[in-house]
Amino acid sequence: MWFEQVLFFVAGIGALAGALGVVMLRNPFYSVLALVAHLIALAVLFLLLNAEFLAAGQVVVYAGAVMVLYLFVVAYIGGADEPLGPERSALRTLGPLFAAALGVELCIAFIASGLDALDTTGADISPGFGSPAGIGQLLLTRFLVAFEAASFLLLIAAVGAIVLARRRRGLEEEGPAVGPPRDRTPSETETLEVRV
Amino acid sequence: MDIVWFLVLSAFIFVIGATGVLTRRNPLVVLLCLELMLNAGNLALVAFSRMHGNEGGQVFALIVMVIAACEVVIGLGIIVAMYRNRLPIDVDEMSELRG
Amino acid sequence: MTATSYGWLVLAFPLAGMLVVSLSWRVLPGRLAGWIASAAILGSFVSAILALIDMQDLPAEERHLVDSAWTYAATADFNADVSILIDPLSVFMCLVVSGVSFLIHVYSVAYMTGDHGHARFFAYLNYFVFSMLLLVLAANFVLLIVGWAFVGAASYLLISFWYRRSTATHAGIKAFVMNVIGDVGLVIAAFLLLDHTGQLDYLGVFERAPEVFSTNDSTIVWACIFILVGAFAKSAQLPLHTWLPDAMEGPTPVSALIHAATMVTAGVYLIARCFPLFDLAPTAADIGAVIGTATLVFAATVALVQTDLKRVIAYSTMSQIGYMVLGVSAAAYGAGLFHLMTHAFFKALLFMGAGSIIGAMAGIQDMDRMGGFRRAMPFTFVTFTIGALALAGFPLTAGWFSKDEILAYTLNRGGGFVVLGIAGYLGAALTAFYAFRMVFRVFSGKAVPEAEELEQGHLAHGEPQNPMTGEVEDTDVGFPGPEHVVAERSWPMKFAMAPLAVLALVAGVVGIPGVTDTLEHFLEPTFESSTYAEDHPSTSSEWVGLAAGAIISIAGIFVAFTFYVRRRGITLDLRDRYRRVHDFLWHKWYFDELYDAVFVRPAATAGSFGRRVIETDVVQGFIVGGATGVVRAGTSFARAIQTGFLRAYALLLFFGAAALLLYFLISSS
Repeated sequence: MWFEQVLFFVAGIGALAGALGVVMLRNPFYSVLALVAHLIALAVLFLLLNAEFLAAGQVVVYAGAVMVLYLFVVAYIGGADEPLGPERSALRTLGPLFAAALGVELCIAFIASGLDALDTTGADISPGFGSPAGIGQLLLTRFLVAFEAASFLLLIAAVGAIVLARRRRGLEEEGPAVGPPRDRTPSETETLEVRV
Repeated sequence: MDIVWFLVLSAFIFVIGATGVLTRRNPLVVLLCLELMLNAGNLALVAFSRMHGNEGGQVFALIVMVIAACEVVIGLGIIVAMYRNRLPIDVDEMSELRG
Repeated sequence: MTATSYGWLVLAFPLAGMLVVSLSWRVLPGRLAGWIASAAILGSFVSAILALIDMQDLPAEERHLVDSAWTYAATADFNADVSILIDPLSVFMCLVVSGVSFLIHVYSVAYMTGDHGHARFFAYLNYFVFSMLLLVLAANFVLLIVGWAFVGAASYLLISFWYRRSTATHAGIKAFVMNVIGDVGLVIAAFLLLDHTGQLDYLGVFERAPEVFSTNDSTIVWACIFILVGAFAKSAQLPLHTWLPDAMEGPTPVSALIHAATMVTAGVYLIARCFPLFDLAPTAADIGAVIGTATLVFAATVALVQTDLKRVIAYSTMSQIGYMVLGVSAAAYGAGLFHLMTHAFFKALLFMGAGSIIGAMAGIQDMDRMGGFRRAMPFTFVTFTIGALALAGFPLTAGWFSKDEILAYTLNRGGGFVVLGIAGYLGAALTAFYAFRMVFRVFSGKAVPEAEELEQGHLAHGEPQNPMTGEVEDTDVGFPGPEHVVAERSWPMKFAMAPLAVLALVAGVVGIPGVTDTLEHFLEPTFESSTYAEDHPSTSSEWVGLAAGAIISIAGIFVAFTFYVRRRGITLDLRDRYRRVHDFLWHKWYFDELYDAVFVRPAATAGSFGRRVIETDVVQGFIVGGATGVVRAGTSFARAIQTGFLRAYALLLFFGAAALLLYFLISSS
């Protein structure tokens, strides 16, 4: 028990630190790394909640694949330090304020809610709770439609990414953009059909 | 640990993510903060799932991860396209919906 | 078939003709549209004759038949039907209108040859004849007003027939506006009558009127004055006369039909038809007589100095209608209508002759450039002279009998009417003079180049131009066609002019005083209830009047002969010596300038004020601009939210989420 509590606090602090790092670090590369740390901390928290499969998925898929993709893009884009613009705007003060207000409200909602079960460590569970077998069973029986839809969504996302990021002939030879964005109609040498 | 701790933690992470969305100008970082918010949501889902003893919450969180992945893919694709077309990588400059 | 069904046929033929021509004009070759239209009017004329025969079979008391096609409006108190009235007066008018119209249609087939709007012209002509027949056959004021308005519309369409000529369109608008003034008067009169008698059909109103109104009751006088307004607008009497000379912008057949024989006589018909009302309002009748006489003299004086051939004839129409108005206002209904008939004959004849002369002159209408056509155009010369003789009231012509009958009746009325009668004789003298002024200027003297060309068998060709302003035109649609026609070479024209010439000579036979009072007898069933029905001058006094008229007309012709044949050039000296008088007459007593200053300019000023201030500043600026300004202010406030700024949207999102959550927290605690 005490082990779990210590682990909770360690992982909790790690998650919070990672989150703060994402928001406050200037270099986007470091932000991505902070998020990776955050994700791993979150995986530990998942383990504490008996969600083994989810924890593994989080590390392998989320931290392992998605964040790596993110790193690739950040490396490509360059991730320059954020320019110092007119930063003393209303947004900089109001933003955190509203977010804080939202946070306070959420905490009030959780802590002062009438749900008794919140003060327990949860219902009694069988040993197979959260295991891949259990999750897999649900995915293929009760949540089959969601499962299939999710796979379809992945396909769409993949196609969309290809369409978005492919090179368009004739639009590369221009100087750096200044002022309002140019019109993006393609030249007559190509069409807009998706050739997958 | 009582479930409520996890939920409060999730609220904090969510709020930090929200602050990031509102404050940062680099769209990459904004997307990252969006991920933070999604993860906070995941944490809350799993906590509730543990509370009820119902694995449905975990399946939900799994699907949310899938969606987060798709969204990251598309978002990054847009940002790459922006970069390719020599547009400034700054959410404040993307104001064509101004009316 | 009864008389009333023939009456419906009389209406149906021109309507059918109009529809056929207007629907099928593209497929009709050459001049077929004109022949179809003429055939329609011939059918109408034949139906009128059959209606006459049928009606005359009935005993005199029963010769007023009303037939209703359908009920246009039915209320608790009265019905307004689409119904026609067959009585001697309406049949008489139908015969005159359809007969003369038929001859003019035939004339027009030749006159409008080569004009690109040939079929359109005949559609309009048939429409006009239909409206005129509707007007005279109507059995109630409603249908009368419908026919009245249609006739005005047809007049506008025909006057501005050559619509690319700006003078023509202006003349059409002028005619239409003045006709509308008359329409308003007529409608007000109908309202007054409806209000007091509760009826709108003639027979009903005329029966009720003596019961409701006492003699010279102010309401009936006003009603009659408004009827007079309507009549004067249509018949071009003072002060609503200025449109008639300008209406000569229309093709010559139009002038012959509308502004000689038919439309302008609608006013006379109206006064004659409403005679029971005028019986009850002698004041109004007196006003009518005075204005008729004034117009008579005025028009005669102006015709003395006009140089445009058609305008001289137009003023003579105005003058002769003055005689008719005088006649029917003085309760000489038979005489007035007799003159209406003979005038239709000789005036149409004069216009047809004028059309032939204008054709020989290749479109020029200025008498200063005409002369010596006697040898080149013998047929036209003979017929035109016959028409002028009838107009001047030369002994034994139809015009002599009819005009002097009116004057005899007028003098017989006594009192103030004697002055009017003497003025009428003065007008007759002037008429004889200017009629033969026309004849001598055009036909006698040295032949002008166009006449010489014609004698050699070659029709003159000039550059197409506006006869009044000299503006150059072309001969496409909207302007006169390239062909010019003279009667000598055109059998339709001869076919039309010859009967009219004969009638102008012999039509007097129906009104020889003491010998054949055929027309009076015929019209008696309509007018027998008039208070003056028995009040006619004795035969001997009529013959005295006829003799006086004969002397006056011969004197007038002799003076014209002296001025224009024997001692040419004397008129130029007269003009120079009496320059002011000449200008006054030439400018038509400055009526146009007066109306321009009193009505047109203030209206134009009001209009431009309305456009500048009311429309631009008040409506556009204040009301429209104000309303849109308010909306714009509101929306620009709302637009401020649409910054396109992603982070601002996100902020609003979170703000909304926080607020919502707060609400739920509070409401659940």
